[in-house]
Amino acid sequence: MKLKLLSAVIGTALTMGVAGASAATLDDVKARGTLKCGVSQGLIGFSNPDEQNNWTGLDVDFCRAVAAAIFGDGKKVEFVPLDATQRFEALKSGEVDVLSRNTTWTMSRDTTGGMTFAGVTYYDGQGFMVKKSLGVDSALKLNGASVCTQTGTTTELNLADYFRANNMTYQVVAFQKNEEVLAAYNEGRCDVYTTDQSGLYAERLKLPDVENHVVLPEIISKEPLGPVVRQNDTQWFNLVRWTYYALLTAEELGVTQANSAEQLASSTNPEVARLLGKEGDFGKGLGVENDWVMKILAATGNYGEIFDRNVGEATKLGIKRGVNSLWKSGGLQYAPPIR
Amino acid sequence: MTTVPGSQSRTSFWRHPTVRSVGVQLFMVIAVVWFVVFVTDNTINNMKARNLAPGFSFLNDTAGFDILQALIPYSRGSTYATAFVVGLLNTLLVAVLGIITATILGFLVGVMRLSRNWVIRSSATLYVEFVRNVPLLLQMFIWYKTVLKALPAPRDSLRYDDMFFLSNRGLMSPKPLFEPAALWTLAALTVGIIATFFITRWARKRQERTGEIFPAFLTSLGLIIALPIVVFSASGLPVRFEYPVLQGFNFVGGLAIIPEFMALYLALSIYTAAFISEIVRAGVLAVSHGQTEAAHALGLRHGPTLRLIIIPQAMRVIIPPLASQYLNLTKNSSLAVAIGYPDFVYTGGTILNQTGQAVTIVLIWMGVYLSLSLLTSSFMNWFNSRMKLVER
Repeated sequence: MKLKLLSAVIGTALTMGVAGASAATLDDVKARGTLKCGVSQGLIGFSNPDEQNNWTGLDVDFCRAVAAAIFGDGKKVEFVPLDATQRFEALKSGEVDVLSRNTTWTMSRDTTGGMTFAGVTYYDGQGFMVKKSLGVDSALKLNGASVCTQTGTTTELNLADYFRANNMTYQVVAFQKNEEVLAAYNEGRCDVYTTDQSGLYAERLKLPDVENHVVLPEIISKEPLGPVVRQNDTQWFNLVRWTYYALLTAEELGVTQANSAEQLASSTNPEVARLLGKEGDFGKGLGVENDWVMKILAATGNYGEIFDRNVGEATKLGIKRGVNSLWKSGGLQYAPPIR
Repeated sequence: MTTVPGSQSRTSFWRHPTVRSVGVQLFMVIAVVWFVVFVTDNTINNMKARNLAPGFSFLNDTAGFDILQALIPYSRGSTYATAFVVGLLNTLLVAVLGIITATILGFLVGVMRLSRNWVIRSSATLYVEFVRNVPLLLQMFIWYKTVLKALPAPRDSLRYDDMFFLSNRGLMSPKPLFEPAALWTLAALTVGIIATFFITRWARKRQERTGEIFPAFLTSLGLIIALPIVVFSASGLPVRFEYPVLQGFNFVGGLAIIPEFMALYLALSIYTAAFISEIVRAGVLAVSHGQTEAAHALGLRHGPTLRLIIIPQAMRVIIPPLASQYLNLTKNSSLAVAIGYPDFVYTGGTILNQTGQAVTIVLIWMGVYLSLSLLTSSFMNWFNSRMKLVER
């Protein structure tokens, strides 16, 4: 961690001129031939490596979609696992091109962090997990508890706010790595484990006695998670942002991984024609090929498919679409029109 | 450097030694200054480009996070500067206690390694060779994990007489709360220490003059320990204890020693003690055996021989490397971040993550550890000059 941080600091000190790290990222990526994507060190459903170092998850699939838009091949991604304290420096120093690591969009991160959030791929909120044996059914009964969490996160701040607002005392035990937080909770150092609720469900699966732990109903914060890019590179920002919108639009129009070729050939809907590159020059404007959405869909499928495959109800996590449904189904996922 | 007159005509301007040395030095100075100016200017520009204000103004902003162990009043509403101070105090706490323990343990083991008893000697050797050769971070994890695993939950704490509780939340003990009358005891202690200082000086002078030995050690002991106790009892035992009580999830009240601190403190002292014991052994062995024989020949008993002849000479060998062990221990304490003990690096890391002020915070880190190290080493240098062989 120190090394990465130090290199980032030296990077800040030595980078020539202002444009150094924020120059045309797209050209750099194209020249390199792979996309460098910052992900978590292992969070089931979002970014998790298996024994052969094959990464799966919603955040991972988003990176594949960006790579597919650029190269036409979703495999041209190099995943860089980062802990919570390294992630922003890694992005700012140019170690990764895009940070897709269950990162909460906040105002200060947008305005003073030298970076920009490109969208919200998952609307989350912070929750609490406790052992069933404690007999606690509400977060408001946690007065005096020891709480394990990850340091350098918004979680740590929300936690302080929540206990303060409800006049409760607590003891915070914060670690740098997710595994250490879980291990400390499992060994009884803390009564409570807190992080984004999706993360709680994912981490719960790693415990030896899943059925003895329960996630409390309260959600104490808004945690919009999404991909982050460096500030001052509008072209790259647009590409990442519109990759996300393309995934949403494809779901909205019913274009999937399986039927995209057929839709391209036979659909009479002009919206589909524009999305898939039959009409207009939308890809050109982003600096990629016109059939970029076809390539994205071939690599990952649309947003709904990505969600269902990684975190949806058919998976071990079993998370309902809820607020992450499309706006048409009463959710928050909404894309501006492609035209 | 001077040159022979007349040689100037034969050597060209660029080969002239003075020109060369001045030229090279000038070039180096310009290069270094240019580098520093370039780096500073560039850093400030790049930070501005990212909307980061260079400087330390961010330290006055609200921290917003809580810290597990704070020796001064601290809450989420405190400033980043306060959070830094909390972290620094936590580092100092573990470093100072670690240095004291490591020194005592190190001297003990060092002497054990010189013992004539096989069991004592080889157990000390085993300890040194094992502890010295396992990475410190690993030892820290071992302590932290075993401490946590072995201990019960708060509700089933190991308890002693409803005063001391040991659980995986730490060691809870009664917290002494002193009443104003306790100030008399403090005054007595101060008087005792000052008196001891003058009595030992007077005793030494008198011994040098007359050769009579005054029992200065016993007198000091009486002044520093017995006098305050007497005053304390006379003033009516002005102390109450706040006992830890299990309430809900955790203990409330009392004095708590968190497991993160215990693990870090144990790992640091045990690790450093192994190195110190080798330094002590080397120091004692460095004093020639002839010194002991000479002392015995002069009629000194074993105790005074050790105290007046061997140890002062051994200390001259021991102190300089001991100083670097103290520096090592202080710097190694920054590994605390791995087991969640909120030391200076830990709190700095959290602040860095929230403010994005990487450059400033890394500079603060470096500045503080540099100052700590320089302070320790100047103290040890002073101590060393006191213990130096005085030549007459």
